[in-house]
Amino acid sequence: MKNAVIGNNKQKANLIVLGAVPRLLYLLQQSSSSLELRSECAVVLGSLAMGTENNIKSLVDCHIIPALLQGLLCPDLVFIEACLRCLRTVFISPVTPVQLLYTDPTVIPHLMSLLSRSQRTQEYTTQIFSHCCKTPEHQTVLFNHGAIQNIAPLLISPSYKVRMQALKCFSVLAYENTQVSMTLVNVLVDGERLSQVFVRMMQRDQPIDMQLTAAKCLTYMCRAGAIRTDESCIVLKTLPCLVRMCSKEHLLEERVEGAETLAYLMEPDVELQRIASTTDHLVAMLADYFKYPSSVSAITDIKRLDHDLKHAHELRQAAFKLYASLGSNDEDIRKKITETENMMDRIVSGLSESSIKVRLAAVRCLHSLSRSVQQLRTSFHDHAVWKPLMKLLQNAPDEILVMASSTLCNLLLEFSPSKEPILESGVIELLCSLTQSDSPALRVNGIWALMNMAFQADQKVKVEIVRCLGTEQLFRLLSDPDTNVLMKTLGLLRNLLSTRPHIDQIMSSHGKQIMQAVTLILEAEHSIEVKEQTLCILSNIADGNTAKDLIMTNDDMLQKIKYYMGHSNVKLQLAATFCVSNLIWNEEDGSQERQDKLKEMGFIDALHKLTQASDANLSDRAKTAMQQYLA
Amino acid sequence: MSAQTSGCGFLMSVVVHGDAALNEQEKELNQRLRRLYPAVNESETPLPRSWSPKDKFSYIGLSQNNLRVHYKGHGKTPKDAASVRATHPIPAACGVYYFEVKIISKGRDGYMGIGLSAQGVNMNRLPGWDKHSYGYHGDDGHSFCSSGTGQPYGPTFTTGDVIGCCVNLINNTCFYTKNGHSLGIAFTDLPPNLYPTVGLQTPGEVVDANFGQHPFVFDIEDYMREWRTKIQAQIDHFPIGEREGEWQSMIQKMVASYLVHHSYCATAEAFAKSTDQAVHEELASIKNRQKIQKLVLSGRMGEAIETTQQLYPNLLERNPDLLFMLKVRQFIEMVNGTDSEVRCLGGRSPKSQDSYPGSPRPFSSPSHKASSSQPYLTGYDSNCCNGVTSSKSHSSSPHSHKPCPPASGSTLLASDISLNGSRSQASLSSSDVDMEVDHFTNGLTQTSTNGFLNGSSKHTAEPDDCEADMEVESAHSKRQLCGGSQAAIERMIHFGRELQSMSEHLRRECGKNSTNKKMLKVTLTHNCTCVVMVCSYMYSLLQDAFSLLAYSDPWNSPVGYQLDAIQREPVCSTLNSAILETHNLPKQPPLAQAVGQAAQCLAIMARTGSGSCAFASVDDYLH
Repeated sequence: MKNAVIGNNKQKANLIVLGAVPRLLYLLQQSSSSLELRSECAVVLGSLAMGTENNIKSLVDCHIIPALLQGLLCPDLVFIEACLRCLRTVFISPVTPVQLLYTDPTVIPHLMSLLSRSQRTQEYTTQIFSHCCKTPEHQTVLFNHGAIQNIAPLLISPSYKVRMQALKCFSVLAYENTQVSMTLVNVLVDGERLSQVFVRMMQRDQPIDMQLTAAKCLTYMCRAGAIRTDESCIVLKTLPCLVRMCSKEHLLEERVEGAETLAYLMEPDVELQRIASTTDHLVAMLADYFKYPSSVSAITDIKRLDHDLKHAHELRQAAFKLYASLGSNDEDIRKKITETENMMDRIVSGLSESSIKVRLAAVRCLHSLSRSVQQLRTSFHDHAVWKPLMKLLQNAPDEILVMASSTLCNLLLEFSPSKEPILESGVIELLCSLTQSDSPALRVNGIWALMNMAFQADQKVKVEIVRCLGTEQLFRLLSDPDTNVLMKTLGLLRNLLSTRPHIDQIMSSHGKQIMQAVTLILEAEHSIEVKEQTLCILSNIADGNTAKDLIMTNDDMLQKIKYYMGHSNVKLQLAATFCVSNLIWNEEDGSQERQDKLKEMGFIDALHKLTQASDANLSDRAKTAMQQYLA
Repeated sequence: MSAQTSGCGFLMSVVVHGDAALNEQEKELNQRLRRLYPAVNESETPLPRSWSPKDKFSYIGLSQNNLRVHYKGHGKTPKDAASVRATHPIPAACGVYYFEVKIISKGRDGYMGIGLSAQGVNMNRLPGWDKHSYGYHGDDGHSFCSSGTGQPYGPTFTTGDVIGCCVNLINNTCFYTKNGHSLGIAFTDLPPNLYPTVGLQTPGEVVDANFGQHPFVFDIEDYMREWRTKIQAQIDHFPIGEREGEWQSMIQKMVASYLVHHSYCATAEAFAKSTDQAVHEELASIKNRQKIQKLVLSGRMGEAIETTQQLYPNLLERNPDLLFMLKVRQFIEMVNGTDSEVRCLGGRSPKSQDSYPGSPRPFSSPSHKASSSQPYLTGYDSNCCNGVTSSKSHSSSPHSHKPCPPASGSTLLASDISLNGSRSQASLSSSDVDMEVDHFTNGLTQTSTNGFLNGSSKHTAEPDDCEADMEVESAHSKRQLCGGSQAAIERMIHFGRELQSMSEHLRRECGKNSTNKKMLKVTLTHNCTCVVMVCSYMYSLLQDAFSLLAYSDPWNSPVGYQLDAIQREPVCSTLNSAILETHNLPKQPPLAQAVGQAAQCLAIMARTGSGSCAFASVDDYLH
């Protein structure tokens, strides 16, 4: 059987159909069978597992995993190795549920103990671990069973395969795991720090796979906070190594992984972004990622074309991710990126690609670049990026919606020339619907975009926003559990309530509800920022002609304002004083009566006190207000 | 400087300390350069070590051992630009070359250019502006490739930055680094023989060069590792196409012929059998050669000559030059005390072969001062590859000897007289080697040993009286002229006279046969045949050998290298080649020839500017 199936998928399938698997498993589990027979069974099963995914499924359905795991308890090394090898082949298949490794709690400790048996057991076991460690829970299980101490010595094994699998294990263990990463930095292998071992593995004469995986380990340890970004093993070793991986001379898979890892490494660190942007022409090098399938390969080599096509999406999304990471903070880098050949066109076409991964990465890139005022004014407008962006926002999955709407927020900034055409494309309805989303991120982005849109907008736009959003939704947002949403909603209100005619108009139609909302917020437990924003809304209302009366006739509200004038926080004092100042401003109809009313309520004393305030801004504001009385 | 406050003594110590630091720096530089560029032959192509005070524009000032460059012109217009080149161009055999420049001060405008230029390029310019000139400029970060207009290349650089320039002589490209980060390729298709160059343009600009004096900020060794791996992979994966079978049989033939050449009979036989090949020489013949070679390599030249004459009756008659060469060697071995003739005359030899005039007398040779026990390796050509390195174990030359304890007051005197140090080489040519040896015994004869290790069991089977003398060097061994035997010395002198007359005879022959000017091809290093006029060569050979007698301790004399066992190897291989030639077999084994060609090829690559020779040392492949 063994010889019949080797390298022959058809024969493998035939044997499985004929029911060989249960029989083999039976023989394998029979302790009365000779060890040779049991080992041979494991070898044949391992061979069957090397076939198609369907084979694996059949094997798993026949409960091969518990049988093989049971086999590992046998003392015979040859048999153990055969079982492990088969288990390895089954577990590295994407169709095998990794959970099967963790169902029996005795399995992991036993596998750990097998690490000392032979180079083969080391290779297979670490390979199983690295493929079956997919979640933080898995990481914790392996960590708690001493994975680090058991696997670390394997990094200096004489066998390349063992070293490589051990390294891969560490990369999956450390990924987004602070506990593991913090432990790893203190591990010594043969008297050497682990980070130094990884640095040695990144030497340029090492196999690319090893360099790349070692760079991943250090990247994950760095992102998990175990290594500082300015340490030389990161800035002088890991970063250049990853940049090298992006170069043309490497395999497409390596270039994808290199770019993605690099993007992840430098995402939060502007200094790393700056260094990477000048290393080995990285920005220009990434432009090559868009040249697949190349026109040459299409004609000359079908196999190559197939390979190119398969990786083209991956390459593009990796490049977009890396561009997004590179440009997330530094204006000069953003400029350099947008000046790369056909960059904006590539983003625009990326936004409408069929692959969701590419679309997401493209919009991330666009979002990163949209933080640049200059780019918003120039390249974004020239390439009408808002069009594909708007299209992307229709019926997109949430993760894309978050990025796209966030980008839209920037495009709706007052100075953005794209603002007008976007408005005309009926974006308000879309944004209003976003505010009703279950996802807080989408609600924030929706209301944020509306807020930006309302800033210094025409009366028409403002009315349209209020109409479309509806006061009910507006008030729902004002009681949103997410502070960000609340803040942006208040910001929207503030932007809506600017310039006197607008204030009066909106207050005349929605005054009652708005005043209610303001009262509610001021009475509830909220952060200083929220209260400040609310007081600012109040002073905007106080600036209206007719709107003023809504405050003046509300003694309760006036008492609140007075309270905040005496608050311990200067910002709140300032906002409240602003409000008073607007109410008592001379040269306006009825100013005298308002002054009198407030005087009666004891505002003069409060103001007088504030003229002595140590904060110059506040005392100035209070003095200006006092002058209204003196005039 | 705190010289004024701390007094003269302190100043002195500062200076001394400075010198020490300088030497330390020099040492570090040499070490680093040797490590980085092992393939560079500095006697042919020296490495840049500093800026050249001769190859600079007048607005450039140099200080700190010509490593610091400062600008001293007006710096008003680009016409005031000034450059300086390094002392030497970058040798191709570096493979990858690297230097760094630290910006000490950017001066007024920071118009600094770092790069490369060919000899003769105008120095009143910044690097990069002219043909065969390349530069990276600090003010705009542009690269200038033989043009007045730059291309956007990298970031700008200024005070405190360290800029590195790396020339890849394999693909003729150049990249820069800033503070240890590679900025990517700046230039391609670079011409050969470029000099490291810096240019400055405004007052106050100061830069320091690091040609290897200090560790580099950028990890250049890592980059070199990558290229070494690449080149070696290229060699490993060299396509041999369809000819794999041919390839294998060719290699087998080479190995077999090599074994036969050096008379490794048993190995050759076994190898030929297992690889199914025919040996092109009879086993008996191989064994004969082996016998002769062993004799030569153990310093028993007299026997070697005799055996050769027996086995190949006409060989030496037809080759008087070869015979002469062998005899010169015999003379040297006599001095060494290893030749069978003198060994048999040695006091220790119980059974003496009385075939020479002069009976053995129990006189010890005078002891001599030993100054150093270092073995001579001067003159050993590491390229001399004749596959007999294993023969070193047969070597009988005692490499260490101790000064002899003063056994009697006359020892020193005796040594002076005995070797007649006043006689110069010139006197030797008159064959008047007049040695007055004070006769005395010092009882050291018993400890002096000139036994040799042969290790060949076959050899001991030969009927040879001297075999009885086989012994391991004792700890008290010391080297004495002709093994310390007076008779041997006399025999040696007599032999020397014979040689002298033979030489004169050869010279006359040579002069007569002017139409037939004989050239002796002496096979030297790897297939590189050097043709020497036979007469003068022979003459100098003899002169060198005779000059050994001019020193009280020939082993520690400037000509003492001749006594080293390693010097037997060329003689051995010449004789072996001559024998093989009579059988119409190649003088040199094809394997040695191939190795020699490879090494030679690398040397030619170095000369013609192919940088990959740096990472393909033949030694890496000879384990």
